[in-house]
Amino acid sequence: MLATLLIVFREVIEAGLIVGIMLAATRGVPRRGLWVSYGVVGGVAGACLVAAFASEIGELFEGSGQELFNAGILLLAVGMLTWHNVWMASHGRVIAQEMRQVGAAVVAGRRPLAALSVVCGVAVLREGSEVVLFLYGIAASGGTSALGMMAGGVLGVLAGAAVSALIYLGLLGIPARYLFSATSGLITLLAAGLAAQAVAFLQQAGYVNVLTVSVWDTSWLLPEDSVIGRLLHTLIGYSDRPSGAQLVVYGLTLAIIVGLMNLQPRARVVSPEAAAEMTSSP
Amino acid sequence: MAVLHGKLMRGAVGCIVIAGACFCSAQRAQAQTAIDVTIKDHRFTPSEIHVPAGKPAVLNIKNEDATAEEFDSSALKIEKVIGGGKEGSVRLRPLDPGNYPFMGEYHEDTAKGVVIAE
Repeated sequence: MLATLLIVFREVIEAGLIVGIMLAATRGVPRRGLWVSYGVVGGVAGACLVAAFASEIGELFEGSGQELFNAGILLLAVGMLTWHNVWMASHGRVIAQEMRQVGAAVVAGRRPLAALSVVCGVAVLREGSEVVLFLYGIAASGGTSALGMMAGGVLGVLAGAAVSALIYLGLLGIPARYLFSATSGLITLLAAGLAAQAVAFLQQAGYVNVLTVSVWDTSWLLPEDSVIGRLLHTLIGYSDRPSGAQLVVYGLTLAIIVGLMNLQPRARVVSPEAAAEMTSSP
Repeated sequence: MAVLHGKLMRGAVGCIVIAGACFCSAQRAQAQTAIDVTIKDHRFTPSEIHVPAGKPAVLNIKNEDATAEEFDSSALKIEKVIGGGKEGSVRLRPLDPGNYPFMGEYHEDTAKGVVIAE
């Protein structure tokens, strides 16, 4: 039961971290809960579908369907995160200003919430399909231990959700003034990490055959399989044996997102003094 | 503004896709060595797999159990689900000489093995 709990826990926490960051990034945005829920519910439904058709997906593209599917949805998430960050680069300052002026009740309906919804959905789908396959295997094997292991699975989901909630609350502890730059930074690193993971899948499938050699090996220092290794893997794309191509794509993704963000015309910013005056006036 | 942002977004996505595509060679590498591996009772046979160092190889994994297994190895950089009663291929990149442990993620306590490149 404990083994089941741990396996489910670490898959849930990987998706939960991403959902937590998305929630923190949309703090104070109306209806963001609804959009994130769409993403999570869609992700769970998608996970069940993917698990049900795992073998069929795997048999596509000469047996590399699974790798291509994973790489595809990871790159979709990278695209959505890029869109969000670029949008925020031009609108974030105004929103931050408004948040200080009118509290959390900000009207920012034009914000690309659908993008974040997709990111949540993709994160849940990817990790969730593994959980579904794993739990299905337990249920199918039957026996007296199956019930205990199922209980472990349920506890794993709950524990993963609880830790994710704590991380979200921790992010909320960041003052609103810094929250946007903090979440933008997190999302940029997250996107670069996902792009590097996509490259790993393309290398695994044999579609990327250059720079396959590991550049370093820090598995003795911080194994990717450890709890901290996994957290960092999800958050910033940490790998204990990254290939050259992964590093190149990681760097390129960072450069592209930061470049696009800086290319954005800056929205008009009200000076802090003027803002303070506005909030203090009756 | 909305149009501009739409374009920028597509540009961003496009850049990333192109960046990815640059690394894709037109043809997938043909591996020289193919090794058959069987999963039964949540164990790998053989659990010790020898491959030539510096050359790509393919593991053809046949899952004879009724339930799915995930071939997982951070050392080999591979995660691949193989459904119950199904087969799947895992491509190994050219490896430096050494030991590369792997496991079946859904049955870590029994499904264990190592790839030895020499």
